Order: sequence, then structure tokens, then C-alpha cells
Amino acid sequence: MARAVSTRRKLFFTALSWTIAFLIFFPVLWTVLTSFKTEGEAVSIPPTFLFFDWTLENYAVVQERSDYVKFAMNSVYLALGSTLLALLIAIPAAWAMAFAPGKRTKDLLMWMLSTKMMPPVGALIPLYLVFRDLKLLDSHVGIIIVLMLLNLPIIIWMLYTYFKEIPGEILEASRMDGASIGKELIYVLAPMAVPGIASTVLLNIILAWNESFWTLTLTTKDAAPLTQFIASYSSPEGLFWAKLSAASTMAIAPILVLGWFAQKQLVRGLTFGAVK
Amino acid sequence: MGTISLKNVRKAFGEAVIIPGADLEIKDGEFIVFVGPSGCGKSTLLRLIAGLEDLTSGQILIDGEDVTDVPPAKRGLAMVFQSYALYPHMSVRNNIAFGLKMAGMPKSDIDAKVAKAAATLNLADYLERKPRQLSGGQRQRVAIGRAIVRQPKCFLFDEPLSNLDAALRVNMRVEIMQLHQQLDATMVYVTHDQVEAMTMADRIVVLNKGIIEQVGSPLDLYNKPNSVFVAGFIGSPKMNLISGAVAVKHTAATIGIRPEHIALLGTGGDVQGTIVLTEHLGSDSFLHVDAGEAGRLTVRAPGDYLGKPGQAVSLGFDKARIHRFDSQGKVLV
Amino acid sequence: MATQQTRSIGRIAVAPSVLALFLWMIVPLAMTIWFSFLRYNLLDSNPACSLMTPAALLDEANRCLAGTTNYYYFLTDPAFFKAMRNSLLLVFWVLVISVAGGTLLALLLDQAIYGRNIVRLMVIAPFFVMPTVSALVWKNMMMHPVQGFLAWITKSMGLGAIDWFAHYPMTAIVIMVSWQWLPFATLIILTALQSFDEEQKEAAQMDGTPPFSFFWYMIVPHLARPVTVVILIETIFLLNVFAEIYVSGSGGRAGNLPFLVYQYGLISNDIGGASAGGIVAVVLANIVAFFLMRMIGKNLEG
Repeated sequence: MARAVSTRRKLFFTALSWTIAFLIFFPVLWTVLTSFKTEGEAVSIPPTFLFFDWTLENYAVVQERSDYVKFAMNSVYLALGSTLLALLIAIPAAWAMAFAPGKRTKDLLMWMLSTKMMPPVGALIPLYLVFRDLKLLDSHVGIIIVLMLLNLPIIIWMLYTYFKEIPGEILEASRMDGASIGKELIYVLAPMAVPGIASTVLLNIILAWNESFWTLTLTTKDAAPLTQFIASYSSPEGLFWAKLSAASTMAIAPILVLGWFAQKQLVRGLTFGAVK
Repeated sequence: MGTISLKNVRKAFGEAVIIPGADLEIKDGEFIVFVGPSGCGKSTLLRLIAGLEDLTSGQILIDGEDVTDVPPAKRGLAMVFQSYALYPHMSVRNNIAFGLKMAGMPKSDIDAKVAKAAATLNLADYLERKPRQLSGGQRQRVAIGRAIVRQPKCFLFDEPLSNLDAALRVNMRVEIMQLHQQLDATMVYVTHDQVEAMTMADRIVVLNKGIIEQVGSPLDLYNKPNSVFVAGFIGSPKMNLISGAVAVKHTAATIGIRPEHIALLGTGGDVQGTIVLTEHLGSDSFLHVDAGEAGRLTVRAPGDYLGKPGQAVSLGFDKARIHRFDSQGKVLV
Repeated sequence: MATQQTRSIGRIAVAPSVLALFLWMIVPLAMTIWFSFLRYNLLDSNPACSLMTPAALLDEANRCLAGTTNYYYFLTDPAFFKAMRNSLLLVFWVLVISVAGGTLLALLLDQAIYGRNIVRLMVIAPFFVMPTVSALVWKNMMMHPVQGFLAWITKSMGLGAIDWFAHYPMTAIVIMVSWQWLPFATLIILTALQSFDEEQKEAAQMDGTPPFSFFWYMIVPHLARPVTVVILIETIFLLNVFAEIYVSGSGGRAGNLPFLVYQYGLISNDIGGASAGGIVAVVLANIVAFFLMRMIGKNLEG
């Protein structure tokens, strides 16, 4: 039991941290507020905070003018597609490294991680040319494969740290019970690892959703996700702040919600298990 | 049937030799206990029998059949793990039934077998619960239930009681022994606790650094240990081991004498000493005596013994009960 | 601990991942290295250089092999120095701001306060904002010289409006990127702080350790590892910042190395030059990666 903290001290720290947190959060809040304003009010000086005519008009216009739904669906396809594809080959790999490690397992893990260190510009040119020649530019398949490869090391690594926490004796028990390796994976390991797998999926959806190097360079229209959608607003004719805000709010809202749920996993995933 | 024979079984992880070569015959229906300090290779030996580890060389036969290269599930064995290794996401019923399902047994047969095992182990009321909702003792019983429904040729236990508190451990010990009588199956039981070994075993296998030091019935080991290691390991409190001039008098490098074989005399005796500490257990008292060149000795005295620390005592050894060992630690006959 | 059989199945299970990552790592890199030695421009009269056999390439008449020319031009291009400087400035300042700010903020949030969960949510939010959104929000709604929120504040304080992206593009980018990464640093350091052993704290209290000594001898060593991890991981990501610069349109003055490579390749179509730039970026990243890997490798042991 910790000692009771004096109320005055607690109030002081509370006020201070709420102020700082509010400042950090302000640009997000401001974007959401602006999305409900008219274009006139969005640029008015002095700015209006809560007392303006709330309108949903911008959301309707954004959808009509730039087809938000199509981009959003692309974001969903790319994020889910790349994550599921990665899981498919990552689960067996993580199982093997966690429960049947060989002498080189650690080196292998480190090597996988090192692929993540590769700066994308090092691969941009050849990938762009190969994609151009294979007609993969602006295709779902192409970008899903790239995002899958991009996140595969993190997925394997995260699953590995979660699998490591499952006692090997339970898998051995299932082996004694006559389960084949496949059944061991499906009936015993997978159900026990559900929380870990879910966290991994969550983090990777967030990373894939926000990925904005390859999605900006390899897509233009058909397979373009929300990152491209927003980038299209940077052109001068697109500069209507209320609409920009509505588009932005729609682009970040889903991931903000997921992200708030995934804070813990985020720490673990992005530090490769070094901080838990 | 359930005989197991180990023929020159050897296990090494790279350079590290865990078991340099073990031979053992386990008879049908026997309760055999592997005992030794931690790191002596007893668990590895059990896992080799289970098939969870590969042999480096040698052979394992079950019922005369060579199973050295047979996967664990096909050996007809069942194992109870130290951590119980229950499947946390399955109900007690499914935990017990899992092995039968894997074997493709019809559902009605499975239900009947699970019901019978649950009745035997007092688990009938808990079948729909998850392992986390059970107490330590109940989990232990589920682990045993999972083993018995498969009607194995032999049960393997890997330190199954070490996670239970002392009182529960005594109860479970009795339950496992009763189970052994009921099922009349071969059981191989690993423990580091020599009390468990003494109370449960038909035969004890004492292991030290991967080598089988001695195999025998509990009383055999107690009365005729063939090495200093076994002498010191079996029995509580431990046998007194004395080397130096006192041992030379008996023409040995080391002599051993159990606390209950030392008498408290008024005068004379083999050695003189001073009481350092007394432990009163009620039925007995154990005296720690500083006996000069014989070192510190433990002596059993009656429960109502009144001697106080600092008091001088004379100790007489029961000549017939002195164990003599050579400089290699082997017994001298 | 496993049998031979499970180990061989294990090898098969790992194979697809290893193969995929191996190809992903080696093929583009090999091609980039290859291109970096070619006279290869998509607009050039001889765009087929990349497809020639080695023998044809070595033929002087085709003038395909560029030797180290691409590297020479890239490394002596004044734009390279500027991009390199911008890259390093960006990494340095964002690291300083996010690590120092993140540590202070984490220490603050670790105190007993009301509504800590809500505060945490607000603080972590910027990290989940996609880079393109963050670029546009900052460029327009926050930092616009006329209607931006910051302009209104500075004007109300009588300081006049600042046109951030026109006059201080680097500062603007640093502020924007720091805003994204400060939450990351805070979250990791806060997680580490909260894993501090409560009994150790109590033992220190029993020993009568004064608060400052406690901070210096207990908290600081405890934070050394997460802070190092934050520095190394942020460096990897910060070296690759692209969308923020691209979308805010400040590539001309605040462009970094990735942006320059993008410009060489996809804007000027100079594949050879861009590839040489890519290799320079790879070398830079590898220097950082070397330290990061050693760090994580050590953790793997523990």
C-alpha cells in the first residue's frame, strides 16, 4: 500500500498534466471541431470554439466529391489483406522458433529484424520499375505484398514473444495426447495465443493503415488508400479547411479508436519486446 | 502389460552429457521413483521414456518392443506434468477428453470414460469449469484424469506434487498410491523429495549426475546404501558422515551412522561432544552435537529429552549399524 | 528441447517467412546497387541499359556503365549536402524534443493524478494520426500565416503572424514530426516507469533515500534501457520521414535524403543517380541499425 498523497500535490499535478495533454491533443480536437463548421467559420479570425452552427454538410460533400468510401475500403483491404497474409506465414514460423528452437534461431530472429532497418528509399527505384513492368503499380495485390513484407518481421517477432510465454509443457502434453503438429497448432496453441494474435493483428492494422511511403509512391487511384486520399487535398484547389478536416477526421478516426485500445501492444511491438 | 527397459540409454546436448549411459528394467505394475538432486538427469530420463526427447544412443523397449524412434503419442504412455499443463481454454471435460478425441474415439465412448474418470477423481461437479477456476489440488486431479482415461501401459509423473502446499501434498501422495493399487498399472514417478520416494515407491532409482547410483526397495536403500551419495540422500534427518581419524579407526575413508543409531551415554562411548542445538518434534528430539574431530553430528533422542545447549554428552555408535565407505565413496563390505 | 522430428518440421515452418524476407531484402538492394553503376535515365535515348547482358554493357559503344559517376554526381550535388543536413537536423531535434519531453511527461503522468487514463489517451493520440493528415493539419489549420491557429495566438499576443512553412520550413517540419513522436517516447518511458518494482520503491523508503537520490540512483538507471530503445527506433523511422515533407510541399527547402532520392528517381527519372542516393541512405541506416541490433540482441539473452 502506497502512502496517501497530499491532495494539494495531486491537484497541482492533475492540472499540469491535463493542460499539457490538452495542448498535445489540440490539433486533433481542432480538426474534429473544424469538420463541423461551415467553410466561412473554419477560417474566421478570431476562431470559434464551440459556439458555431454545427453542420454535417462537409462530410456529405467530401464523400460526393472525392469518393471517401472507395479510399476507405482500399485502406481496409490493404490493412487486413497484408496482416492476414503475414499471419498465415508468420504463425508457423513463430511457433517453430518459440517451441523448436535450433542453434541459429536467435540469429534468424535478429536477421529478420534487420530487414526492417532497410530504408525504403533503398528499394524504391527497383520496386517502382518492377511494379511498372509487371503492371502492379496501383494494384491491390502489389501493395498488399509490399505491406505484408514490410510488417512481417514485426508480426513474427511479436508472435514469438507471445508464444514464448506459453509453457512448452502444455504443447508437450498435447503431443502425449496424440495431437499431430497441425492439430497442436490449431487446437492448443492458437486458442491459447488468441490474445497475442489479436494484439499483433491490431498493431499491424494500425501500421499498415498509416503507412505512407509505399502507398504514396506505388498507388495513384485504383488501389489508393486514405493516405493518398488526404494527400490529394494538398493541391491548391482542394484547400477548403472544413472539408479537409472532415476528410482527415474520417481518415484517422478508426485508427485512433483501435490505437487507444492497443497502447500496450504498441509498446511491445514497436520495441520488439525490449519494453513490456 | 507395461514393462519398460532402458538399454544403455545415453543423452547429450552437444558437449554437455546429461546421461552417460543408463540401464534399467521396470516391471509390470511396479511403482518406480526416480529421485535425486536437481540437475541429476531424472527429468530428462523420464522425458526420454516419454519420447519428448531423442536418445543420443541406446534403446528403449516398452513391452519388449523397441520404441526408440516412436513418437510420444504412439508409445501408449500418459504423463502428468509438473505444471499440470492443462489446456487453459478447454473445460475440465475437454481437457480429459482431448487425447481420446485425437485418437478418434466415438463421442459416446468418450463421455462414458470421462464420466468414470471424473467419478474416480471426485471431479464430477467440476467438468464444465475451466482450469483457472480450480484449486491446485483439483488441477492436479484433472491432469491425472487426463492420463487415466487413455488407459496407458504406463504412467509417467514429472514432479507432480511440487507445486502444492505441504498439507495437500500429503493427501495427493496417498491418492496417487491408491490409484496405483486400483489401476494396477506401471508408474514412473520423478521427484527430488526423498520422503515422497520412500513412502510411495516399490523401487527407488537414485540418480546422481546422470548416473544411476543405486536401485532398490526403500528399505534396501535405507539400510544398505552402496555409496556415500545414497547414504546422504536417503533418510531424514540425514545420515551423519564422518571422515578423518574416527573413520580410520573403523578402517574406512568415511563412515556413516544414522541419528537413530547413536545412543546417549553417561560416560565412555565412541565420541564426546557438546549440545549446540535441540529440535523438539514432540515424538522425538534431534540434538545437534559438536563432537570435536568427528564434526557436527545429529542424534535422535526421546521426545521428552531435557538436555540443553552447552551440555556435554557422550555418544555411543551402534556397531552393527555403521556404514563404511572407501575413498571413492563406495561401500566397503 | 525438442525432438529431431519437431525440429525438422520447424525448419519447414520457418522457410516461407525466411524466403520471403530474403527476397525482399536482397533483390531490390542488389538491383539498386546494379542501377547505381549504370547510366540509366528513363528519358534517355538508351533506356534499355538495364536489360543488357553484361558483355553488351561493357561495350563502350553503349555507354551504359557509369562506374562511380552516379555516386560522384550525387555526393557532390549541393542538394545532397542540404538533404543530408536536413536529414540529420530533423533526426537530432526530434530526438532531443521527444526524448527530453517524453521523459518529463512520463514522470509527470506517473504521479498520482485524477483521470490519468484520459490524459494518457489524449497524449498518445498524435501517434495514431496518419502522416499525411498531420502534414495538412499543421500546414493549414495550425501554421497558416493568415488563418492558422498559431497566427491568431501570436497576433493576439502582439507578435505578428509567422509564416512557418515559408520562412522556417525546417522548424515547422521538426515541430510537426516531434508532435508525432513525443507520444511514442512518452508511452514507452511511462510503460517502463510503471514496471518499476513497487517493493524496491518501498525498500528505498525504508532506507530513507531522499527523493533526488532515489531518482538519480534508481529511476535513471531503470530508464536507461527504454530511452536507448526509443532513441534507436526513432532514429530508424526519422531517417525515413517522407510523407510529411512530400505532402506539406516543403521538399524544396526542407527536403531530406529520402525526398531527394524520390526527386532524382520519380521526378527527374534519373534511375542511376537515385539508386546511388538510395545506397547512401542504406549505408547511413545500417550504421544506426548496427547499434540497435546489438541492443535488442542483448535483451534477447536476458
